[in-house]
Amino acid sequence: MTMQDPKETEAELVAAVTGAETLEALEQVRVAAIGRKGRVTDLMKSLGAMTPDERRTAGPLLNGLKDRISTAIDTRRAELEEAALEARLQEEHIDLTLPTRPEMVGSVHPVSQVTEEIIAIFADMGFTLAEGPDIEDDFHNFTALNMPPEHPARQMHDTFYLSGEQDGTRKLLRTHTSTVQIRAMMSQPPPHRIIVPGRTYRSDSDITHTPMFHQVEGLVIDRTTHMGHLKGCLIEFVRAFFDVDDLPYRFRPSYFPFTEPSAEMDIGCARSDGELRIGAGDEWLEILGCGMVNPRVLENCGIDPNEYQGFAFGMGIDRIAMLKYGIPDLRAFFDSDLRWLRHYGFSALDVPTLAGGLAR
Amino acid sequence: MKFTLGWLREHLETTASLSEVTDKLTALGLEVEHLVDPAEQLSAFVIGEVVDCTQHPDADKLKVCKVDTGTETVQVVCGAPNARNGMKGVFAPPGTVVPGTGLHLKKAKIRGVESSGMLCSERELGLSDEHEGIIDLDADAPVGRPFAGYAGLDDPVIEIKITPNRQDCLGVDGIARDLAAGGLGQVISRRPETISGSYESPIGVARRLDGTEEACPLFVGRYVRGVKNGPSPRWLQDRLRAIGLRPISALVDITNFITFDRGRPLHVFDAETIAGGIHVRLSRAGETLLALDGREYELDDYVTVIADDDGVLAMGGIIGGESTGCTEETQNVFIEAALFDPIRTAMSGRKHNLISDARYRFERGVDPDAVFAGMDLATQLVLELCGGEASELVVAGAVPEWQRQIELRPARIHQLVGLDVPEDKCLKALAALGFGAAPHSGGVRVNIPSWRQDIDGEADLVEEVARIVGYDKIPTVPLEKDRAVTLPALTAVQRHRVAARRTLASRGLQECVTWSFMPQRFAVPFGGGDPALGLLNPISADLDTMRPSILPNLITAAARNVDRGISDLALFEVGPQFQDDTPEGQSTVAAGIRLGHAVPRNWNTPARAADPFDAKADALAVLSEIGVPVDKLRVVPDAAPWYHPGRSGTLRLGPKTILAAFGEIHPRVLTLLDCEGPCVGFEIHLDAVPQPKREKSTNRGALDVHALQPVDRDFAFVVAETVPAADVVGAAIGANKKLVADAAVFDVFSGASLGDGMKSIAVRVRLQPTDQTLTEAEIESVASQIIEAVTKATGATLRSA
Repeated sequence: MTMQDPKETEAELVAAVTGAETLEALEQVRVAAIGRKGRVTDLMKSLGAMTPDERRTAGPLLNGLKDRISTAIDTRRAELEEAALEARLQEEHIDLTLPTRPEMVGSVHPVSQVTEEIIAIFADMGFTLAEGPDIEDDFHNFTALNMPPEHPARQMHDTFYLSGEQDGTRKLLRTHTSTVQIRAMMSQPPPHRIIVPGRTYRSDSDITHTPMFHQVEGLVIDRTTHMGHLKGCLIEFVRAFFDVDDLPYRFRPSYFPFTEPSAEMDIGCARSDGELRIGAGDEWLEILGCGMVNPRVLENCGIDPNEYQGFAFGMGIDRIAMLKYGIPDLRAFFDSDLRWLRHYGFSALDVPTLAGGLAR
Repeated sequence: MKFTLGWLREHLETTASLSEVTDKLTALGLEVEHLVDPAEQLSAFVIGEVVDCTQHPDADKLKVCKVDTGTETVQVVCGAPNARNGMKGVFAPPGTVVPGTGLHLKKAKIRGVESSGMLCSERELGLSDEHEGIIDLDADAPVGRPFAGYAGLDDPVIEIKITPNRQDCLGVDGIARDLAAGGLGQVISRRPETISGSYESPIGVARRLDGTEEACPLFVGRYVRGVKNGPSPRWLQDRLRAIGLRPISALVDITNFITFDRGRPLHVFDAETIAGGIHVRLSRAGETLLALDGREYELDDYVTVIADDDGVLAMGGIIGGESTGCTEETQNVFIEAALFDPIRTAMSGRKHNLISDARYRFERGVDPDAVFAGMDLATQLVLELCGGEASELVVAGAVPEWQRQIELRPARIHQLVGLDVPEDKCLKALAALGFGAAPHSGGVRVNIPSWRQDIDGEADLVEEVARIVGYDKIPTVPLEKDRAVTLPALTAVQRHRVAARRTLASRGLQECVTWSFMPQRFAVPFGGGDPALGLLNPISADLDTMRPSILPNLITAAARNVDRGISDLALFEVGPQFQDDTPEGQSTVAAGIRLGHAVPRNWNTPARAADPFDAKADALAVLSEIGVPVDKLRVVPDAAPWYHPGRSGTLRLGPKTILAAFGEIHPRVLTLLDCEGPCVGFEIHLDAVPQPKREKSTNRGALDVHALQPVDRDFAFVVAETVPAADVVGAAIGANKKLVADAAVFDVFSGASLGDGMKSIAVRVRLQPTDQTLTEAEIESVASQIIEAVTKATGATLRSA
């Protein structure tokens, strides 16, 4: 057999490789060239029949040919694969301006969020959470709090009464969370340091009043706590809660039957363009009522007022939520309007902590 | 309580400015609620003179006036019929806001003639309703001067909030006393002269109280004959007008004045209308009184009344009667000054829904020692303003014992409020308030003045000293903590509520806070409506009973949202519900509903309505989050009757503890609540969740994992439709406790091929070898055990492929 010039063979095979338009065609070229019965393989086989001298020259020649063809095939394969990937990527194009699959996004009510904020601050001052029933009796809501029957302050409470009657007295819906002061002091010996957030009720309904609202009560009873501590505690609270470090404040004498001396606390605010801003300004905003627990209340709970003393305070949770987050209408808190809940609600994962800060 | 600065200065000699006065009032606990300074409101209005007045060229009713304002002469177009040359009036320049109309004045052309300002009527200044013409001042009015000062309208009106204990400040004299004690000046004593009278009163007084003498401890009367009633003088009218009272006649105005000036209500009867003598007694059921407010009151047997031989003349301490009121013709009067029981006054006023300045004072307790002084002041003013001749007093009853002493330990001031007040300063403060205080065996013995019936104990005296010294002087002391790092503030139950709330919000539900009450008719189908939980005085018929469940409130909230155009809803609430009126009858529940789509229409995945499995998932998610071993829960189809009987269940831990209910809400209930269903819901009884043991370790135990690969085998069982899938799965898991690690349903279907009333449940069972890889024979053996167990438990047959 006459051996074809290897150079010619190479040129033909290289042309076939580069001419292969698909991976399948390239594979055919490969089989035809360096497969078991391929042309280059055949040539390699012919080496066996050669003399050592011939082999010494033909060997490297044919090996070189095989390597170059292999390389050419690999290169072409890479090219074709790259082109195929490009084509696939082109084909796989999708419109990512389309929206994601729908997910429902929930929210936490401002009253809950603010209650947790309040708890975070007072917990840091060593208070623990206490609670009591919404349906109360006359003793816990009034009498024990130094409001005997016919006390004029009782009339200011617009109390809801229940229909059922027992021993000539009617149950009522607590008008304040101060009831839990009594429950705490009667169930445990001093000292006490508790806060009591909860629902409270008054038969009042207009733009700024709802028949149900939320209050948080605080109570500190020990041997030494005085009104200076009351100021210290509440100033810390309002500054942390409103996140205004230099928040102006003032304490005014006031009257509550269950505290003596009594005070109301005002904080500074400014109004501009109908927007209220908590902080330095030319106006005062009443924020809470407080005072030293009236000795009569301590006596009513079996605590000796000459031995123990302390302070109590109460404030509206809904109200401070409105002030902090600029929520205009109290009634909307209880209307469950989804648009309102979405706008004023808080993220499920936004758990208030002092470490993470309380302003959102 | 309203008064003016000028009025206050009648009782207080002071150089303090208005803002010093108002600041001090608030600092003393007499919180200033409103402050109106008319001078400020009227500051732009000056006295002007019309120096030229001609007809407007293009308008019959208008005049063109040249007005000298004291600084310039301006042209004003004016429509008032009384505008004329040489008159003096009140001029407002452009830029002024006219208080009576709210109009913002601008330079304007009126029918082509320039007008720079306005000549004002009384109505425009907010002084009266007079609008016939512009204000026509006296010829000697000084041109250019502010009108407010000229007209005496520059007395600032102060309104303070009086706390229920401070009846002593319901008169201007009491307010002056507090301010003087607070260091703002000296009290001007205006104690009236004692008037003895020159003849015996033809009208006698008596108390006929028969055992209820406390209703009116003291009744004092005096006859004044020959009076002439008419309008009261300007100063008196101004006082009353400034605080919003309408002057009526001198005799009436005098009693109103003393009510506000001294906190001492009085009454003046037209003596000619009284039949026989006057007596105080309790009303008799059925008696009526046509009162001075024009309303007729039907009385029961409780009200303290002033009566004559013919019947009731007045409700004591509350309101007088129309028939005995003074008129322009009144010639002889009978003045009453008395003490009425605060409680009876309050109850009577409340019962008859009657609010008056007298009731407001008597129900807080007026000064028991000021009855005679009040009578003397009233007599003096009647004689001054109306003339006449006063009789001797007629008196029934006596001044009640009011003298009291309280011991004050000065050290208590520091103990309770943290203020260091030297004893002399303390005594001085008390003395300024009228408390006689004298050192006494280590303490101070304090005499309580008659006007401070509110002072109840030592702590009240501490407050008096503290408010005079100033709450701002109380040092600010940080509240000390027992330890640097705070202990947990929440109990496990309290933490569960937070976790439930945040879990549900994270699952796409919106937290609501709804009323604790609801309409009775909605409560009944939810097991509520117990009369003992009904409200005696609901704010509206729709909120008349305590809620037995949160669900109805959420469902009606959802319906309201649907009406607003939002139809896919997921709402929840964590709050109380009420089974009875005891503390134990209240429990905390996390309840939620889903209405409309769980997956709304979208381009990518099929839309899907919310179904009971969504509610089940919500309930399980919460229970899992709060530490309930949810794999141990059983679903029992016995949810409450407000759920769909075939599409609801309870989640139970053990045989008894029901932790939650869930399912579709009963269609009949939805119809009642006016909500278009279907709607699914859940109720998680947070209080029923078992509490972790206190000593429970935080150790989570070792992780139990196996090196050997698990083997999954699928089985399809044909069972009756009534067989719960949980029974099939339970039997499969129980078949070989050593090897079966888990079993899960992956397909359920029913069809004709299975036969009537049958269904196929396909279960994937995972086998977990622990010692060595399972052989095919071992796997087959377990498979047979599983089939046998499921067949035995449920009557299942293995479905042939």
